[in-house]
Amino acid sequence: MNIAVCVKQVPDTEARIKLSDDKKNVNEDEIKFILNPYDEFAVEEALTLQEKHGGDVTIISLGSERTTSAMRSALAMGANKAIHIKAEKNPADPLVVAEALTQVLKQGNYDLILMGKQAIDDDHTQVPSILAEKLDMPAVTVVIKLDINGDQIVAEREVDGAHEIVECKMPTIISAQRGLNEPRYASLKGIMKAKKVQMEEIDVQLNQDRLEIIGLNYPPEKSPGKIIGESADAVPELLKLLHEEAKVI
Amino acid sequence: MKILVFAEHREGQLRKIAFENITLAKKLGQPFEVAVIGAEVQEIAEQLGKYGVEKVVFYKSGKLDKYSADGYAKILADAVQKQGADVLLMGATSTGKDLAPRVSAILNAAMATDCTQVDIEDDNLKIIRPMYAGKVHATIRLTSPIKIVTVRPNVYSAAEAPATAAVDTVEPQVTDFKTVVKEIISGAKGKLDVTEADIIVSGGRGMKGPENWPMIEELASLFGAANGASRAAVDAGWRPHDEQVGQTGKTVSPTLYIAIGISGAIQHLAGMSSSKYIVAINKDADAPIFKFADYGIAADLFEVVPRMIEELKAEKGM
Ligand SMILES: Cc1cc2nc3c(=O)[nH]c(=O)nc-3n(C[C@H](O)[C@H](O)[C@H](O)COP(=O)(O)OP(=O)(O)OC[C@H]3O[C@@H](n4cnc5c(N)ncnc54)[C@H](O)[C@@H]3O)c2cc1C
Repeated sequence: MNIAVCVKQVPDTEARIKLSDDKKNVNEDEIKFILNPYDEFAVEEALTLQEKHGGDVTIISLGSERTTSAMRSALAMGANKAIHIKAEKNPADPLVVAEALTQVLKQGNYDLILMGKQAIDDDHTQVPSILAEKLDMPAVTVVIKLDINGDQIVAEREVDGAHEIVECKMPTIISAQRGLNEPRYASLKGIMKAKKVQMEEIDVQLNQDRLEIIGLNYPPEKSPGKIIGESADAVPELLKLLHEEAKVI
Repeated sequence: MKILVFAEHREGQLRKIAFENITLAKKLGQPFEVAVIGAEVQEIAEQLGKYGVEKVVFYKSGKLDKYSADGYAKILADAVQKQGADVLLMGATSTGKDLAPRVSAILNAAMATDCTQVDIEDDNLKIIRPMYAGKVHATIRLTSPIKIVTVRPNVYSAAEAPATAAVDTVEPQVTDFKTVVKEIISGAKGKLDVTEADIIVSGGRGMKGPENWPMIEELASLFGAANGASRAAVDAGWRPHDEQVGQTGKTVSPTLYIAIGISGAIQHLAGMSSSKYIVAINKDADAPIFKFADYGIAADLFEVVPRMIEELKAEKGM
């Protein structure tokens, strides 16, 4: 089975996000970057399938030079190939990202294309579904369970208040949700091996962004919190405030 | 600028987000129509008319009784063109997030996900959407001729504005679907999802174990609230993942969020700090959650929560 895993490098979830002076970008100076947490589930699933069915697991990522460290993390988990789509920076527009990925994915003969359900920086949640249309393939998003039988896929996906069981045929795009599996930690051997994998580098012509960021802001400041009591005796006061001051109950 | 509102339904019942987006379309002051896709949908004219809709096209076919991402996307993309819309408004629900980017790909239309504010400025949409799970708010503009916006549920409240809705029922051409939903496994019947709730009662590791959750559920039901959880409670297997609030769970904006036995880690705050009011109950007065809580009680939750239940029951004469 030939599997591609599309990954993105993102700021650590712990990171405090600071804005650049012109408030158009994020100030990256003090940020630690990681492999997008949802992509880890995609990598894990690919590796489990590879153990069962053989074939290659190719990590594909679009981004600047620093992106390669997230790709190395995925390789250290056990993936054996990598394609770096070089870009000065990540486009603001997910359509542009998906268009570039489409060009690269078309070159490979993948049975399965996996990725996280969303990148936790831009939170667009768009690329897997756009790829489905661009590549004319079925896609199942937000998947928490994946069964493959021949070329038949049965995937369980999480939707608001329920789960859906979806069927389709390979080749397929799957976006991974937490719950799909438990991502493995990279072993020391894996980390050493990952360093030796030769990454293929690809230059693509990126299309013009059709989503433009005019400015970034911090969310409106919340007024400092207030502790109204230190025992259960504060409950009547709390309910009174919710009724009369906040008027929310 | 003409707007098409995609009115989502679940098993034939129109969802609240449909009415919210209709209210938003009216507020933007542009002509708008509504599209509904499905097999059987209840009371389309009555329900949509109540919120001020005049024109609805119902794309109806027996083959559309179960959702198919690719099948619905084609019909919705056609609807945008047939109904001559420049803007497609959808909900940032599971269906909206799955479907909208496909329509975006088909129509080559730029799209903004999970928006919390939509206005018109200089003849274009001015959109605000959270990024980094709410740590940053981006103001964005879409420059393609057709624009797609998914709006976060619960941000705009639906306002009634009675009108007479004309429903035009058409049977779309339905080709073979690539993906088919074979089965829907519903959660607990009538369970309110955290993304749709006005009030959320969430529990964390401080709850000590799943055996203590009936207390949270009782409190939630007295408030008419949904149940939420921190990742610690989900990872421990105490609660299902779909209740997780936070950066790798759901992002919520209820009017009232009650955090019980939750410390307020940055990843949890990212998912709920845009709530209008936050209440925290935690025995550690230095817990970070108190910095964000409008009202906090620094005490043992096993004393505070039963007292809340007791007082609320008394209020209701129960
Ligand atoms: C990549 C990544 C993603 C993450 N995503 C999320 C996410 O989406 N959502 C999320 O919630 N977390 C997320 N986390 C985890 C997050 O960092 C915290 O570990 C988690 O939120 C802690 O949950 P908690 O507040 O329930 O537990 P704790 O931090 O252990 O807090 C428990 C609290 O309960 C209080 N308590 C204990 N007993 C009592 C009592 N009897 N009465 C009153 N109070 C009591 C304690 O004082 C404490 O403050 C993520 C972490 C990582 C690394």
